[in-house]
Amino acid sequence: MGGNSTDTMSLNLKVWRQKNNKDKGQMVDYKLDGVSPDMSFLEMMDTLNTKLIKEQGDTIAFDHDCREGICGMCSMMINGQAHGPEAETTTCQLHMRKFKTGDTIVVEPWRAKAFPVLKDLMVDRGAFDQIIAAGGYVNVNTGNPQDANAILIGQENAELAMDAAACIGCGACVASCKNASAMLFVSAKISQLALLPQGAVESEARTQAMVAKMDELGFGNCTNEAECEAQCPKGIKIENIARMNREWFKGALGSRN
Amino acid sequence: MSSKRKCSPLSSIGKKQIMGATGLLLCGFLVTHFVGNCTLFLGPAAFNKYSHALTSNPLIYLAEAALLGLFLAHILMAIKLVIENKKARPVEYHTYIKSGRGGTFASKTMPYTGIIALVFLVIHILGLKFGTQYSTTIDGIEMRDIYKTTIEYFQDPLHIVFYIISMIALGIHTSHGFWSAFQSLGLSHPKYMPKIQLASKLFGLFVVIGFSSLPIFCYLQGGH
Repeated sequence: MGGNSTDTMSLNLKVWRQKNNKDKGQMVDYKLDGVSPDMSFLEMMDTLNTKLIKEQGDTIAFDHDCREGICGMCSMMINGQAHGPEAETTTCQLHMRKFKTGDTIVVEPWRAKAFPVLKDLMVDRGAFDQIIAAGGYVNVNTGNPQDANAILIGQENAELAMDAAACIGCGACVASCKNASAMLFVSAKISQLALLPQGAVESEARTQAMVAKMDELGFGNCTNEAECEAQCPKGIKIENIARMNREWFKGALGSRN
Repeated sequence: MSSKRKCSPLSSIGKKQIMGATGLLLCGFLVTHFVGNCTLFLGPAAFNKYSHALTSNPLIYLAEAALLGLFLAHILMAIKLVIENKKARPVEYHTYIKSGRGGTFASKTMPYTGIIALVFLVIHILGLKFGTQYSTTIDGIEMRDIYKTTIEYFQDPLHIVFYIISMIALGIHTSHGFWSAFQSLGLSHPKYMPKIQLASKLFGLFVVIGFSSLPIFCYLQGGH
């Protein structure tokens, strides 16, 4: 770091404050000086919270964990975009050098019926866990481990499955979709399993179960805008949604009930 | 996961696939309608004979019913999707901007361009199919002179302007809808998708230029 005071920025922040799930909530204006361009966005929020503590105020609640861009906990809508303006970047990896002194930054929680706000910028993303619980796994017959090369997997499918598995489940797809659809998340989880031999066996039933749960939880429908792909911090492709649609259709056609 | 599957055609994916399939079939209708209407360029006899062949065939009622079914399914599904999608985000964002890397003007305006196309459809049918009735005799057969009705209808510049504006809306609608249908039906492949997306844009362009040429042609026939 090592910057001096002339390097720091003064920012105007508009942050969503909401006491709890029942509270109506509102945007609150804050002014923050001394923000280093080297800070991450979360460090800037920490600085604001430190200031609030000094002023005997209530700190702003927000989700965060690894701060390395891989846990999927940070979840802010920054100036109208999930995780802010930088492509394929989580909020924790977004740096204040992307902003300039005097900027007004609007910070809001993810907005979706299925993601109720718990407090301030924290939302309950338990809906994603429920979708996974509905079928995002492989029913494994336990036993002795097989020989490492007993099941051969083509390089292309291995890569595609890994690309899908890069999803960190942060919910930026839901937040950025104009319909609050969870299809990118669900399709990434379906794809990572459908592309590999162990997961392919149950793929159709899994897709039916996860899609049914997704619908039940009140997520919107996909309108193929690809805004989710554009704002996904891990660059998950909507090609996965097409795969999910295909798996669903195959399942619907082949279903006996 | 349960072995009992829950695959309602009205699930989120089912609805999108109904939208996609009906949309693609309606695109097919646009193509045949255009090709048929190109007989206009060949003169009154060709156009009237084409129209007579269509309307005198008893199968026309079946075709019209199927077409009505496609439109109804497409429209009702669209209304259901729009309502559900509104419900999925009960609290709007204070600030919400597109990244510029995802949605396009066409994708963002689908419900609006769809409504314009629907209004057009009603006015179009009322003005032409149920428009002024003239009759003519070609090769000894008495038939409706739909050519005269059409030429007359498009002497009004307002009709032409409304027609072209509607075709621009429909062109924008199909430029997103065409490729979108492939995506919804799961027909996506990294090798073919860019070509399908290009074809989608070209299809939209075809709708605008192809159909707009018809009323302009009719207008130009007016003095003769």
